[in-house]
Amino acid sequence: MFRGLSFALARGEALRVAGANGRGKTSLLRILCGLLVPTAGEVQWKGERIRELREEYSRQLVYLGHAPAVKDDLTAAENLAIACRIAAAPQSPAEIQRALERVEVPAGALLKKLSQGQRRRAALARLALSPSVPLWLLDEPLAALDARAARLIEALIAEHVAGGGLVIYTTHQDARIQGKVIDLDG
Amino acid sequence: MTAAGTRWFWYASPQTFYPLAGKMAPAFAIAAVVLAAAGLWVGLFVAPTDAQQGEAYRIIFIHVPAAWMSMFIYVVMAGWAALGLAFNTRLSGMMASALAPTGALFTFIALWTGSLWGKPTWGTYWVWDARLTSELILLFLYLGFMALQAAIDDPRRADRAGALLAIVGVINVPIIYFSVKWWNTLHQGASVSLKSAPTMAATMFAGMILMALAFWMYAIAVTLVRVRCIIAERGA
Amino acid sequence: MVDALACLLHRDLLLALRNRSDVGTALLFFIIVTTLFPLGIGAEPALLRAIAPGVIWVAALLSSLLSLGRLFAADHADGTLEQMLLGAAPLGAVVAAKAFAHWLVSGLPLVVIAPLIALQYDLPSSLYGALALSLLLGTPVLSLIGAIGAALTLGLRGGGVLLALLVLPLYVPVLIMGAGGVEMAAAGMGAQGHLLLLGAMLVGAAVFAPWAIAAALRIATE
Repeated sequence: MFRGLSFALARGEALRVAGANGRGKTSLLRILCGLLVPTAGEVQWKGERIRELREEYSRQLVYLGHAPAVKDDLTAAENLAIACRIAAAPQSPAEIQRALERVEVPAGALLKKLSQGQRRRAALARLALSPSVPLWLLDEPLAALDARAARLIEALIAEHVAGGGLVIYTTHQDARIQGKVIDLDG
Repeated sequence: MTAAGTRWFWYASPQTFYPLAGKMAPAFAIAAVVLAAAGLWVGLFVAPTDAQQGEAYRIIFIHVPAAWMSMFIYVVMAGWAALGLAFNTRLSGMMASALAPTGALFTFIALWTGSLWGKPTWGTYWVWDARLTSELILLFLYLGFMALQAAIDDPRRADRAGALLAIVGVINVPIIYFSVKWWNTLHQGASVSLKSAPTMAATMFAGMILMALAFWMYAIAVTLVRVRCIIAERGA
Repeated sequence: MVDALACLLHRDLLLALRNRSDVGTALLFFIIVTTLFPLGIGAEPALLRAIAPGVIWVAALLSSLLSLGRLFAADHADGTLEQMLLGAAPLGAVVAAKAFAHWLVSGLPLVVIAPLIALQYDLPSSLYGALALSLLLGTPVLSLIGAIGAALTLGLRGGGVLLALLVLPLYVPVLIMGAGGVEMAAAGMGAQGHLLLLGAMLVGAAVFAPWAIAAALRIATE
């Protein structure tokens, strides 16, 4: 799919992966979080290969893929609480409430009763609870969001980068986030 | 690494194995024909007529070796599968895939000849005895393996999924066999069993061994040809 | 890690609770299948008594197969499976938790309902204990072995039927020991031997299956 790709990212930097559909943006992200094994080459985190770090590495990242990773039969609050506990970073109900307020999603309603945009934001609320997780890998974070919501999420990302975190994200659109760009079309 | 070690790994690449397989296959095919001729000659002409079953028993010269091969091939297939999973070599997965249809064929032959044997001997085409029933389940295991690989488009995933299934299967085969045997003794279904083969004269045994070797050579030859097809298909 | 596993178990049970119809249909299927046999074979009491253990066990096998398709498919489709792969608990433990939740929802109800079916088949009530115990030991094995198949066939076309083809041969020992145990008890010879073997299969499956399920999931999602 792609070859000869090489880059490095340091603290406080954002990287945007651009490219048309089918160019491998999602595959690249999945390789970066260890879900996909590349046929050649390797990923290193702080100098060590992620294949050897395994759980230590996954603990230091948040990956939000194309699919929102939420259950329609649960409320937004339940979904968020579960997502955090599975990642071994449980949060108190108050913090969950605050995170959902930040992305403007009602906490107590079942997701299947919410709109598409609200569902997407409910999944992204996880970011509001992850300032201490260094690496954010986001696949099309701004998709299916209206302008206001997109600005909310961009603000979250900018905050994280300013605080010394790393963000790698893919998007079709031009995002107004400062940072490096890799174009898989080239 | 020793010279022998490097040579093995060199042949583990599909590109280098392709011509090697092409050269080896005819040799095995010839061996198969020769052994089969010898085996059939012993089985049909040299081995004595059985006192109880007459001439009909001679079908065991196909039935028993086919059954042996069906089980042997499954184990070999699982072995290649395990190698492929452990060392991540593409050729191992291809060998496992190439073996499966031959194994299934031998299982089918064993079942079919067993059925043909049953009719003149005990008047029925099918008996639920432990060995035939286990052979039937083995056939399902082979067909499941082939169906799983056929359902997966990505060759890498197909190889690895099939490999896992084959390993799970090979671990279960003894369990299945013993539980079917237990089931058979408890239920006293057929009072006949295909195990009541005529007591072995040395010539009969020799005939079966020759046929088993013939089947083995055939299996190797056919698998080598098939693996060449797989290599060509995948454009490795 | 224990918290993550408890959370998963709780989540699966909560989802099953909110989707009661899914669970109910599998149980209903079990009941309907057992009703079909007398309709097909005839309702002579002696015959029904003889075939009862086998019929109930085969129905349990088929019912288990039906609900296995859902084990990983939903999580795979909405991305939660990936989050589990990236989560804090080792994948073997995660799948064990999911298989356990699956059994609680689709296997345990069969254990509870079986005596009712046995009643319909005029099985003597002295055998209910052996029947329930055999199902109690056997259905978790079905869930575990079936989960291997469910993981291998994740996302494939041919789905449920392919799963059945892969898994039913592997179910044979459990069927033989389970139904056989009840039949032994019916013949007055005691079911202990069979039940002990079932127990051994359960222990074996509990130890080895999670590894195989996790490996199959990785193969299916990489």
